[in-house]
Amino acid sequence: MKKWTRRAFIGAGVLASGAVVIGIAIRPGNRSSKVAGLIADKGETVMNIWLKISPDNTVTAIIPHAEMGQGVHTTLAMMLADEMDADWSKVKFLEAPADKEYANYILAKGFIAGDKHFPKFLEGTIDGIFLTAVKSMNFQITGGSASVRFTGQQGMRIAGAAAKSMLLQAAAETWKVPVEELKAQNSTITHAASNQTATFAELAPAAAQVKTPSQPRLKTQEEFTIMGTSKPRFDIPAKVDGTAKFGMDVQVPGMKYATIKASPVFGAKVKSVDTTISSSQKGVNKILNLGNAVAVIADGFWQAKTTLDGLPIEFESTENKELSQVDIINGYKKAMDTALAEDELDLHFKKGDALAELESADTLVEAEYELPFLAHATMEPMNCTAWVHEGKCEIWCGSQNPLGVKAAASKLLDIDFDQITVHNQLLGGGFGRRSETDVIEQAVLIAKEVDFPVKLIWSREEDTQHDVYREATLSRMKAGLDKSGNPVAYTHQFIFKHHPPEAADVPYDIPNQLIQYSNPTTYVPWGNWRSVDHSTHGFLTESFIDEMAFAAKKDPFTYRKNLSENNPRFQAVLDLVKEKSGWGSALPANWGRGIAIAQSFGTIVAEVAEVEVSVEGKVKVHRVVCAVDAGFAIHPDGFIAQMESGIIYGLAAAMTGEITIENGAVQQGNFNNYPVTRMDEAPKIETHIINSGNSPGGGGEPSTPVIAPAVTNAIFNATGIRIRQLPISKNDLRESMRQTT
Amino acid sequence: MIKLTINEKEFEVDAPAGMPLLWAIREQCGLTGTKFGCGIAQCGACTVHVDGQPIRSCITPATSVEGKNITTIEGISKDKNTLHVVQQAWIAEQTPQCGYCQSGQIMSAVALLNTNPAPSDEEIDAAMSGNICRCGMYGRIKSAIKRASESLQSSSTPEII
Repeated sequence: MKKWTRRAFIGAGVLASGAVVIGIAIRPGNRSSKVAGLIADKGETVMNIWLKISPDNTVTAIIPHAEMGQGVHTTLAMMLADEMDADWSKVKFLEAPADKEYANYILAKGFIAGDKHFPKFLEGTIDGIFLTAVKSMNFQITGGSASVRFTGQQGMRIAGAAAKSMLLQAAAETWKVPVEELKAQNSTITHAASNQTATFAELAPAAAQVKTPSQPRLKTQEEFTIMGTSKPRFDIPAKVDGTAKFGMDVQVPGMKYATIKASPVFGAKVKSVDTTISSSQKGVNKILNLGNAVAVIADGFWQAKTTLDGLPIEFESTENKELSQVDIINGYKKAMDTALAEDELDLHFKKGDALAELESADTLVEAEYELPFLAHATMEPMNCTAWVHEGKCEIWCGSQNPLGVKAAASKLLDIDFDQITVHNQLLGGGFGRRSETDVIEQAVLIAKEVDFPVKLIWSREEDTQHDVYREATLSRMKAGLDKSGNPVAYTHQFIFKHHPPEAADVPYDIPNQLIQYSNPTTYVPWGNWRSVDHSTHGFLTESFIDEMAFAAKKDPFTYRKNLSENNPRFQAVLDLVKEKSGWGSALPANWGRGIAIAQSFGTIVAEVAEVEVSVEGKVKVHRVVCAVDAGFAIHPDGFIAQMESGIIYGLAAAMTGEITIENGAVQQGNFNNYPVTRMDEAPKIETHIINSGNSPGGGGEPSTPVIAPAVTNAIFNATGIRIRQLPISKNDLRESMRQTT
Repeated sequence: MIKLTINEKEFEVDAPAGMPLLWAIREQCGLTGTKFGCGIAQCGACTVHVDGQPIRSCITPATSVEGKNITTIEGISKDKNTLHVVQQAWIAEQTPQCGYCQSGQIMSAVALLNTNPAPSDEEIDAAMSGNICRCGMYGRIKSAIKRASESLQSSSTPEII
């Protein structure tokens, strides 16, 4: 088996669909004193690893995920509370500590196994395997649009249902009545016939002694009382009055501030820097040469930053010091040509004989696409506070991967894992960036040199220039159409395959397919960027199907629908977006409408964009209609917000997002030259949800891959100009460039 | 040392020449609701009010606002026990996602409604486009501003600062 890595997991997708695995997600709580020690106060009863009950009848859901705006703390607590029949007004949450006990084995299992059913006798073994695996690689990730569909569905719901079952059992035994006659409602259990009532809290100590059921009955959709409603999010009040604490806001007594500059050319070492502090550098505590970066510690960020900016730092020269964007793209082209010529492309998917069928097809459609590197540009620049003292290390940060943080610090400092404490804070944007531990490692190395806590803050420029980037991509696509315009063959060769493995799949019925890729050596560090490979393949596949529809002289909606006859869910989403967008209705001059659809992270999203392209070539996206089937939206308003967010994030990238390399360094540094979508550029977004009842899909990413092709297809509709190179701002769309079609 | 008046409270801060107000507010006064986002007045996360005017505290020298009335997100509501009408609207619309930009968004929105209690969509765009939200909650921010505007119209006390 291929080695499991955290990175592989976070981007990995689900291959299978089907019924949900249940009944294998919880381990009993009170039997593990370690868990109780981590999460419970005196008098509280730990029912299982995800749930405790307090004497005041508060039910607390233990959530092993970071809050970065997706509302995960609320949504997962809702799943647990609904199954338990808890009183929502008395439900709280606690973010699980960064501890191996809370390694996300459910997520890991979900990523590897999808929704596959395991034979019952194997379940314990399989859980054991996954638990051991995730503990060993410190997997406590928030990513892969996975919290609801794996932790929620296979953890929280079962934890809630199991606790309810145990409470009912305890009541039945106490009152000596049949369990079937009891009713749980609003954190209370009643026996109507004997007029007896007890709160969850009163029953909890006895209930915790009841054997945990391995397969508690879960509610059907019709029985939900909390799931499917939009409860006010737990995290919002603190986000409007300034009290929310992000990593950036941590204040530790005696703390000083640091900032850092790594080599502009990736990987180059520091050649020389004068680390002496001059008398004029007031408030400066230390100048540190970390080998590949220089850091300054001072009384405040400003003093550290101005000192760092004034330091003459020389970096070693590397072979990449003159590398340019053109070199990189030409290198990719050459790598693809060579791989093609020498038949060394890796196979993604093959069906029939696409090459032969292309030759004999009636019409040949061909296109080459190019996509840029992208930075994450989270609103909160990278930061981390660390304190190394007395053989211990304390870390304050906002991380999508707190166990990974712990492991990284433990390794760097050679301190025992249990001597590292991670205080995870709110995340000012994650998008995949905060699953990395690079800034944590720097903070720890800096803190090691002093005997006080240090908060390391990256400047926006450092954040932009030392990100891990969405890969730049090249793609060559061909399709052969028969006389009536239907595709008989499809070939696709592209550069770079990361995750999820299925991203390059074509969702349409095409009998002959050959999809291949090459992974050449790359110089620019890669990282998971919201929707990962779907961010490229959504654009590629949905641009090219639009080109095919045009060549076939077919309506882009009809063409997609006709090629999805084996996928009724897909067709339903297409139908809904067509209806809600008013597809086919008249638009003003210089306006266009474009459609795109993709399935990612278990969720199908279709979007129709309405754009206006002025005679000067300026693009304005006026409206986006989004239809989505994620099985069931647990928190509809939060789910809609995720769709909106993913659309704006993807739109920023499509319109202007581009990181380029010159002299080996990233050229962009801040929002002035890495512009993102602002309010006056944001379209009106209308989201429509289908609760199909299928296996739950993710919410955080699936709307992102669809927006770029929806917009570029709309631009084509408006102007006849096909965008094959992103961002859109690179293309000349002035009226004089348009051909009458 | 200089004296700053923030949220009607006096603070003594050690601000070397050129040090932006942002860092004095966050590091020395301990008011961390005001955020660092870009450092060059591009994103608006650091927006505070100086004598009622919205400014970018990341490029405003602390020394330049001595003796002026500075208001941060922590002081936007006059009454400590109730939220400002704009903050209430923000909750009603469930506006924030990650929330990092929202202090700045709210400060810009309050300043807008102060001078224009019933802004049009275009006026909201114009006033708010200096504030970036990477979670893309622009539609909700706009709805929240309209909701706050409506509450202001119907309330008998139009003064909101």
